[in-house]
Amino acid sequence: MLVDIQNLHIGFESRTGFTPAVKGVSLTLGTEKLGIVGESGSGKSLTARALMKLLPKQTRISADALTFDGIDIMSASEREMRQIRGKRAGFILQDPKYSLNPVKTIGSQVAEAWRTHKGGSKRQAAEAAVMLLEQVKIRDPKKVAASYPHQVSGGMGQRVMIAMMLAPDPELLIADEPTSALDATVQAEILRLIEELVSERGMGLLLISHDLPLVSHFCDRVAVMYAGRVMEEVKASELLSAQHPYTRGLLNCMPSLLHPKDRLPVLTRDPEWLK
Amino acid sequence: MTIEIENLSISFGDRQVVKGVTFQVAQGTSFGIVGESGSGKSTVLRAMAGLNTDWSGRIAFSGEAAPLKRPPAFFRKVQMVFQDPYGSLHPRQTIDRILSELPLVHGMKDIDSRIAKVLSAVALPQSARFRFPHQLSGGQRQRVAIARALIADPQVLLLDEPTSALDVSVQAEILNLLADLRVERNLTYVMVSHNLSVIAHLCSHVGVMIDGHMVEQVTAEDLRLGQVEHPHTRELRSLSVELEEPA
Amino acid sequence: MASAFRTWALSEMPSSRRQATWGNRYRAWLNLKGNPLGMIGLTIIAIFVLMAIFAPVLSTHNPATQDLANRLATPGAAHWLGTDELGRDVYSRILYGARVTLGMVIAVVVLVAPLGLAIGCIAGYFGGIIDTILMRLTDIFLAFPRLVLALAFVAALKPGIESAVLAIALTAWPPYARMARAETLTVRGSDFIAAYRLTGASSWRIIFRHIAPLCTPSLIVRVTLDMSSIIITAASLGFLGMGAQPPSPEWGAMIATAKRFMFEQWWVPMIPAIAILLVSLAFNFLGDALRDVLDPKGN
Repeated sequence: MLVDIQNLHIGFESRTGFTPAVKGVSLTLGTEKLGIVGESGSGKSLTARALMKLLPKQTRISADALTFDGIDIMSASEREMRQIRGKRAGFILQDPKYSLNPVKTIGSQVAEAWRTHKGGSKRQAAEAAVMLLEQVKIRDPKKVAASYPHQVSGGMGQRVMIAMMLAPDPELLIADEPTSALDATVQAEILRLIEELVSERGMGLLLISHDLPLVSHFCDRVAVMYAGRVMEEVKASELLSAQHPYTRGLLNCMPSLLHPKDRLPVLTRDPEWLK
Repeated sequence: MTIEIENLSISFGDRQVVKGVTFQVAQGTSFGIVGESGSGKSTVLRAMAGLNTDWSGRIAFSGEAAPLKRPPAFFRKVQMVFQDPYGSLHPRQTIDRILSELPLVHGMKDIDSRIAKVLSAVALPQSARFRFPHQLSGGQRQRVAIARALIADPQVLLLDEPTSALDVSVQAEILNLLADLRVERNLTYVMVSHNLSVIAHLCSHVGVMIDGHMVEQVTAEDLRLGQVEHPHTRELRSLSVELEEPA
Repeated sequence: MASAFRTWALSEMPSSRRQATWGNRYRAWLNLKGNPLGMIGLTIIAIFVLMAIFAPVLSTHNPATQDLANRLATPGAAHWLGTDELGRDVYSRILYGARVTLGMVIAVVVLVAPLGLAIGCIAGYFGGIIDTILMRLTDIFLAFPRLVLALAFVAALKPGIESAVLAIALTAWPPYARMARAETLTVRGSDFIAAYRLTGASSWRIIFRHIAPLCTPSLIVRVTLDMSSIIITAASLGFLGMGAQPPSPEWGAMIATAKRFMFEQWWVPMIPAIAILLVSLAFNFLGDALRDVLDPKGN
């Protein structure tokens, strides 16, 4: 088991009191593709960040188990976490613009990521960088390696981020809304790329998204989160015929091109769901 | 109010981002513009609203050509709703202050009753009136933005990705609201979006833009049936359809 | 009465604009009250302002009366804070000096903050040639050493507090203009400003009603941080004979004249220095607290 989360609780301490955000989430992940879907505020990103210990100081976390490959994250030191983050687990964020250094060439940033984990000479690293860029299907990797982040498109930027994350051969890839800033045509390409790389390398994938149909196409299993809880966990192929009223509500209220509706059904939230 | 756009071109510096776009919108209908980022779709909308003055061609409302610099009276007839409900409301002003700006500028007398009326039109409680934007949820903020556009009873609403920053459940509420308002107030909409199913839901006619050109105009019905010609329209359609079908 | 106001002001559903405004003011006050450093600052400033107002009542001696037989006396029963090099009572001079010094600082701020804000916002909003002209002008003022420009200005007018205030104001506005311009540039292209342009409002209305209020919180903080340096510049001008004229008990001038007794009679320059320190610190505390209060997202 790569990731084991049992009964995870996350909350925020503030002047006005304690606000719980994640209330008892349990998830497990092996070498497979798990999607977490939910609306904003459902706690899906917090869950992933807790796993990498990337939460701000004033958060309170408790869990029966929170492990990555058997390592207890709750008691891991910052030093041990650095071994995991970026090395054994890659993290891809929504907007590549904010994750890349604007004053360094793309090639040097990828090379640096490779060298940090693999060592070797600068020249080897530069060659490895071009290879990595090739692996994420960039057509002219040498040219892209020599350009700066602002000179490439959002989709290309995201490919570069993926290349950097792949440099140390991680076992787990966490992608938090990796394509929501991208166009539909690019979105499909990037997700297909992630899917391929994950299957090829036998990695685990945690894909966090607000987009149910998208997740159902690119994952094996899907956990639907609402208000800090997992409402249901289903096989991705069965998501579109899921039974939980919340999942059904979310699917129904989306406008459809093939099946036009005069009025969109509105999601009515049942307090029963949270019991 | 009918809208005619003829041979509209817009440049930023020496880069032309909109290249000779032409379309018409009949009174009381909705026209959707779909395209990817950088296709120039939002730029068209902003030029129509009068936010951009570097355009050439013809923009006409009710057969009357709009000048480069719009007179204040123009904004009582044509209003706009922006994409990001977090960035389109002044962060330090109450909803009341935000809504009263247009009536104040135009010296309207019945500000209180107007605000009460638009708040109920967008189904916001009157208690929201003296709150600050950050005290409201994303969907409530977008309702405020719509209320602001409606305050002077306009005839045209320009909608720039009005739901793309919202959760799908909230998107459904806002799309229903926009559909109802159009019927109740006999509004004419021009909506820009990257989401084909959202556009097809609200608009009867759709223009597809790529790289500054409007390459195809089809009815929503034809789009559904796949009776489209341009490869880009086909690509967008198939991506959208693919996601709707089970994996 | 007080509790009735409290319930009325804190109502979750204000029924009028007035009630909402008072509600926000009251909440801001509660917020400020919850900030201990801010309250310390406010209290110190209030005490000094009261001391300045009631100086004739509170003082024990005439601040200008010299008593050369009793010069540089240690603090004690006769002179609570001792006497200066001319035998004048330091306590009374501090009281009267609060009038001069605080008055001067406030006058500078009242002149400088709106001027810097207006120039910065206008330059930032319009951009282009207007921005270039206003910002080059700002650069010119910024390039002059502050004291030298102030000196030249005072020399051209007649030496005195009014000239000192004008001179300091003239040299103090450029940083505020730069700051206001930077803040304006970050909001100029935002959708909410575009929405105001779509009301048909004039550029001036947008600048002064909608943009300027966004720049004020950081301006307030900057101003409170500058208070001490304004006092020091005033003191330097006074020391050079270009600011407050003797026997006017201005705090900076008191330090300047007493600093040669620093090692033997240390309390003589130290007491006005402590007064300046307290006031500067109080303004800083208050400014920091105000920044939190003025930002509605923090509530």
